[in-house]
Amino acid sequence: MAELAYEETFDCVQCGYCLPACPTYITMEKETHSPRGRINLVKMAAEGKITYSELEGPINLCLGCRACEVVCPTNVQYGTILESAKEFIEENKKKETPKRVKLFREFLFNKTIPNKKILNTVGGGIALYQKSGLQKVAHKAKATNILPENLRTFEKILPNAEGSIKRRKREEYYPPIHRPAFRIGFFTGCVMDTMFSSINTQSIKLLQLAGCEVTVIKEQTCCGALQSHSGETEITKRLAKENIEAFEKHSFDYIVNSIGGCGAMLVEYDKLFADDPEWATRAKQFAEKNVDISVILSQLNLPFEKEINRAVTYQPSCHMSNVQKRVNEPLQLLKSVPGITYLEFPKKDMCCGSAGIYNIVNYNESMELIDEKMKHLTTITPEVIVTTNPGCHLQMKVGVEREGLTDQIQVVHLIELLAEACKVEG
Amino acid sequence: MIHDTIIQLLKEIIKDEKRILTDKVDLYSYSYDSSFGVYLPDVVVQPKETKEVAEMMKLANKYEIPVYPRGQGTSLSGGPLPVKGGIVFDLSKWDNKLIIDAEDMVAVVSPGVITADINNAAMEAGMIYPPDPSSSNVSTIGGNLAENSGGPRGLKYGVTKDYVIGLEVVTPEGEVIRTGGRTVKNVTGYDLTKLIVGSEGTLGIITEAILRLFPKPQATKTLMAVFDDIVDSGRAITNILSSGILPSKLEIMDNATINAVEAYEPLGLPIEAEALLLIELDGHPAAIEDEIIRVQQVCESSQASEVRVANTVEEANELWKARKLVSPAIVREKPTKISEDATIPRSKIPEMFKRLKEIREKYHIHLVVFGHAGDGNLHPNIIADQRDQEEMRRVEKAVEEIFEAAIELGGTLSGEHGIGTLKAPFMEMELGEIGLDMMKRIKESWDPKNVLNPGKIFPEPGQRLVLTNG
Repeated sequence: MAELAYEETFDCVQCGYCLPACPTYITMEKETHSPRGRINLVKMAAEGKITYSELEGPINLCLGCRACEVVCPTNVQYGTILESAKEFIEENKKKETPKRVKLFREFLFNKTIPNKKILNTVGGGIALYQKSGLQKVAHKAKATNILPENLRTFEKILPNAEGSIKRRKREEYYPPIHRPAFRIGFFTGCVMDTMFSSINTQSIKLLQLAGCEVTVIKEQTCCGALQSHSGETEITKRLAKENIEAFEKHSFDYIVNSIGGCGAMLVEYDKLFADDPEWATRAKQFAEKNVDISVILSQLNLPFEKEINRAVTYQPSCHMSNVQKRVNEPLQLLKSVPGITYLEFPKKDMCCGSAGIYNIVNYNESMELIDEKMKHLTTITPEVIVTTNPGCHLQMKVGVEREGLTDQIQVVHLIELLAEACKVEG
Repeated sequence: MIHDTIIQLLKEIIKDEKRILTDKVDLYSYSYDSSFGVYLPDVVVQPKETKEVAEMMKLANKYEIPVYPRGQGTSLSGGPLPVKGGIVFDLSKWDNKLIIDAEDMVAVVSPGVITADINNAAMEAGMIYPPDPSSSNVSTIGGNLAENSGGPRGLKYGVTKDYVIGLEVVTPEGEVIRTGGRTVKNVTGYDLTKLIVGSEGTLGIITEAILRLFPKPQATKTLMAVFDDIVDSGRAITNILSSGILPSKLEIMDNATINAVEAYEPLGLPIEAEALLLIELDGHPAAIEDEIIRVQQVCESSQASEVRVANTVEEANELWKARKLVSPAIVREKPTKISEDATIPRSKIPEMFKRLKEIREKYHIHLVVFGHAGDGNLHPNIIADQRDQEEMRRVEKAVEEIFEAAIELGGTLSGEHGIGTLKAPFMEMELGEIGLDMMKRIKESWDPKNVLNPGKIFPEPGQRLVLTNG
């Protein structure tokens, strides 16, 4: 039975310094939706003063962006407290959940997301839908109106996914072009490799251009972040073990990804095995090798071939900044692109409301967050918004679309911008 | 418990139902502040205009329901705790008014405005709002006014009350009054402005404030001085001030604090030293360039073992880092932090340090001392674990002795955190029976039904210090 991280709640001295950093406290306007409020409610639930179902609302409305951890003067482990609450709520709910819903969750988290084949089919479907022109026809005919509003919103801004044939053509080994700077195992991610697989391909080619030897091992699987954030700890642990075992067989200098959210999960694998010393050690060794691609590329020289003469702003991924603690590397890399004019995104550290599947399950709250974000964006009017995570990427596109600025503002992954400047094809 | 009809009546005053909270999780979320104790209110309301506050106060007064004004709940003394149930007025959402008037050099603000935002807005106009409690990025001006908050700049610039010249206040009976105005000079009648400021929400609810602003100092300079003997550091402080220099900040850290910080993050601090002073000067660049040299000389002639002057902003930030890391550093071993603010006359700092050392040894507690040495406002912090009942009993006794020591040395229970619930049992010790009674009479005449923030600042019969959440 899952236990709430009760002891950890005592580390909170309730000073309230986290309040201004919390996006949901700002948009939802009450303490219940603040980090201090949620930590207190976890404590109250552990003491039996409130039930798990009363705890559920405030916990589910947390983005998990962990901006609170960065400003906390007493280093409260908010992530640990949050994940424990999610697991606790899930386990309690499962006791009462109808079998049908249970089977769907099992299908989604245990079978679909970690399974490349199924995702490939889905991804292929997306590509086919877009390439065939069906998307435009569907838009015009308003056929998509039958979808609930939240899915309809995302349907409009879906990226142009690579067809699965092109993606399957990707090599397993990319020899270094000049001297081998680092030996790299590339982590593809599952949602990323389906919806944004061209970014993965560009990432690999950029690493290669910068002198790295890149290997894409087949045995890798889903990082488990979405499962972990949904309280499915056992599935998460299984996936983590599979990844650790797969990468342990190789002697890479680094394991590199270009996905802020997955990267955050990977660097915290050791936390999953707090009660299992053997796996904790293996997980820690694995975690320490995992870095975001910006960390590697900012150390090496990219052969830029083209100026990007556009005004660019940067929306950091919360998990990149607050969990991976990579604040400077992506920014430094972005600023090194020739020709760009960098504009600082006011309040850039505030979460955009994407947060895994938050924008689908908590659609209205998520739209309030992105609208808040757009209020700040419109003060600087950039031509390009750069992100480092697929979730943020889609959400920023939603925001731009909601502001009616789709024709004026482009949303790209940092890798896409670098690839353009280096004339690397996807 | 509040009857449903009261909720209905509240809904007639606040039309936006989202601003009336009655769910259990919401009530638990307004049951605490940054001090001790958990008290469930019956309802939380989030007013955003004077009319709403006045009408709800009239209602509460009529039905004799307790009302507790609250900002962001950063209080270290229990000011906003709903100790007798009733209605919490969460004023932190009422942040729509922040007007800087450069000509009159004032700011006009609504109660929910974040303190640091006032200073930031003032700086854009070339001025400052000096009071800078360490929570100023979080705390509301309403809470600062109620508690009369201070901060490191208190030595040179004073505290919140020194900047308030006018207020709009809703009385416990639901009437709206204005005190003071927009002028620095105003001697018409009793100074109700100063009476309300620091009254901890027991006399009225502040719905608007007019604050004085000062010209922005052009530059700052920072220096760190290390002392092997704490008495020497006290002498250095006196010598600096008597040399005609008034630093904007003058902070002290004791040996236990230095060691905690150094263990947390090695900065190369002198772990043998008994005291470390951090001094900041502000003013005209040429003037402080000259003054910092004199401060350095004074420290050296007062037996400082080491003096470091920051030449750049980065170096200054590096020196201040030691002070900034105190909070995370001291709670590493145990999580519960009891932050006191007993304040003594400046000349008694070395004596107070001696007393604190004796208290630490007598009760075997983990006590670190740092704070605003320039104005005698020390922060003895006891680090404990509130789950350890036996330890907490010792801590309670130690805190009582800290209060006694401060008063014996001619000081006060609280320099800047307020009395709230925590220090109420000690009020008579400082004020005397008659002094306390005169304060009670003011409260009784303002709030005859005792509906506004009951259970605060005045001790209940038999009340003693309790530092647990049970």
